[in-house]
Amino acid sequence: MATRLPSYTLEWIFARTTEGMGKVLSSKWTKVFAFLLCLVPLGLLGWRYYQQKLGANPVEKITHTTGDWTIWFLLITLSVTPLRKLLDQPKLARFRRMLGLFAFFYGSLHFTTWLWLDKGFDLIEMWQDVVKRRFITVGMLALVLMVPLAITSTAGWVRRLGFVRWQLLHRLVYFSALAGVIHYYWLVKSDVRLPLFYGGILALLMTYRLGTWMLSKSTKRHARAAPMLK
Amino acid sequence: MLIRKAPEFRYSQITPRDVYFNRRTFLAAGTAAIGALATSNSLFAGEKLSGVSKSPLSTDEKPTPFDLITHYNNFYEFGSDKEDPAANSGNFRTSPWTMKVEGEVGKPKVFDLDALFKIAPLEERIYRHRCVERWSMVIPWVGFPLNALLKQVEPTSKAKYVAFESYYDKKQMPKARGTGIEFPYVEGLRLDEAMHPLTLLVVGLYGEKLPNQDGAPIRLVVPWKYGFKSIKSLVRIRLVEKQPPTAWNLSAPNEYGFYSNVNPEVDHPRWSQAKERRLPELSSRNTVKFNGYGDQVAKLYTGMDLRKNY
Ligand code: HEM
Repeated sequence: MATRLPSYTLEWIFARTTEGMGKVLSSKWTKVFAFLLCLVPLGLLGWRYYQQKLGANPVEKITHTTGDWTIWFLLITLSVTPLRKLLDQPKLARFRRMLGLFAFFYGSLHFTTWLWLDKGFDLIEMWQDVVKRRFITVGMLALVLMVPLAITSTAGWVRRLGFVRWQLLHRLVYFSALAGVIHYYWLVKSDVRLPLFYGGILALLMTYRLGTWMLSKSTKRHARAAPMLK
Repeated sequence: MLIRKAPEFRYSQITPRDVYFNRRTFLAAGTAAIGALATSNSLFAGEKLSGVSKSPLSTDEKPTPFDLITHYNNFYEFGSDKEDPAANSGNFRTSPWTMKVEGEVGKPKVFDLDALFKIAPLEERIYRHRCVERWSMVIPWVGFPLNALLKQVEPTSKAKYVAFESYYDKKQMPKARGTGIEFPYVEGLRLDEAMHPLTLLVVGLYGEKLPNQDGAPIRLVVPWKYGFKSIKSLVRIRLVEKQPPTAWNLSAPNEYGFYSNVNPEVDHPRWSQAKERRLPELSSRNTVKFNGYGDQVAKLYTGMDLRKNY
């Protein structure tokens, strides 16, 4: 008589895949690899600059490339928690800080490009732009909101603030990403498709958070209500 | 010094001239007709223009390399990225072509492709080109004054403005949709602006027929106005009594006015126009009022508030 082999069930395949992914994600080397991967956009930009292949308007190309990667890293960082829960991969959380810091890194490069190559480090002119041009104002807001998060990204700061307060502070990243999307929407001449696309991804990620938050609230209420029924 | 990189070869050099000029018979007879059609415009662009005289109205500034003039374009019919027009206009059919001139004129006319090149003697005019996006180039155009054409059609006393219209075909220009402006692209000038000797109809660049991405086969160039006034791939010119609508003004009236003269004193709502980047330079230089053509054109606007009439 044939015994049923559990190894052929879908559940088994899922379990093994999850386990395998978990192992890969726990590896130190995966993190090193991810770190290097995050540097590729910068490397490519540098290489193209060196090769003089940045096109007719190198300054614009650098501003746009760094701006694009800032918004991408913000969105990738915001996907970590949903993906962690959906894929049941707690180890994904190990990458969140690094990704967030890369968003800040590319954002700083983006800002520096503007300050240096557009404004020539003229702080007065810079300030005039920040107060006068709304797309610069919200861009600046997006970057400034990231500063406290970058500073308090270390384990030491989580301890000092206490996890609850730390988590509350780090919700600022939602507003930073939103400001980043608005910044892009306001700066394009007429073609709003890409800013809307980024806005759509952000909306999806926020909807997920809202959904899980409401779910957990209602389960908590049930949990509280349950004993009284006894 | 021109640091233009010569293309490796020109189809005109490897195709016998008579075959080259009778492209339609050649294509009909040709075996790979479809393939040839697909490249018909690479056959066409790059053809050397003959009998071009130098103009005293040229600037002696160093022209921007050919590669940059042809790979950094705003031509939304082919997409909104600067690299899009070069990438997407290769198959754009500019032959056969007709351009109508009509409206308040004594002698309306329709020009076919051949006729467009014979309206007036061709001149090379090296002009500064200032985009509203704060970049600039120096471009050796080949063309003739628009006034030569306008005189031929004899504007009536009712003609106060000139309205221009670009070619538009959804099938050939699928990337136009979603770019946020309306097509066909339209532009306009006051009649005295249109009659000004600096205002050109352009059929060539760097001594050759105009590449598709730069507005083949015929476009307008108004060097003292922001680049978007210099409408590309013209199919219709109408002389009219009232100020005609213009594409960017329809899209964002508070940002792009009818006049759109280069003016460092009047900001775009979202950026300052005080400076510009002469591509491919990294640093900026000061923008000059009327793009440096003030001596010739400032008198067109005496008594006008250019802040209001931006
Ligand atoms: C950290 C948040 C920020 C994000 C996510 C962000 C994102 C972007 C994006 C996606 C673009 C468009 C890139 C493209 O067209 O491909 C852009 C362009 C730009 N950003 Fe930012 N940005 C941020 C902060 C800033 C700051 C702080 C400044 C300056 C104060 C700034 C100045 C600019 C400029 C000048 C452009 C180019 C505008 C143009 O082409 O006319 N950005 N940014």
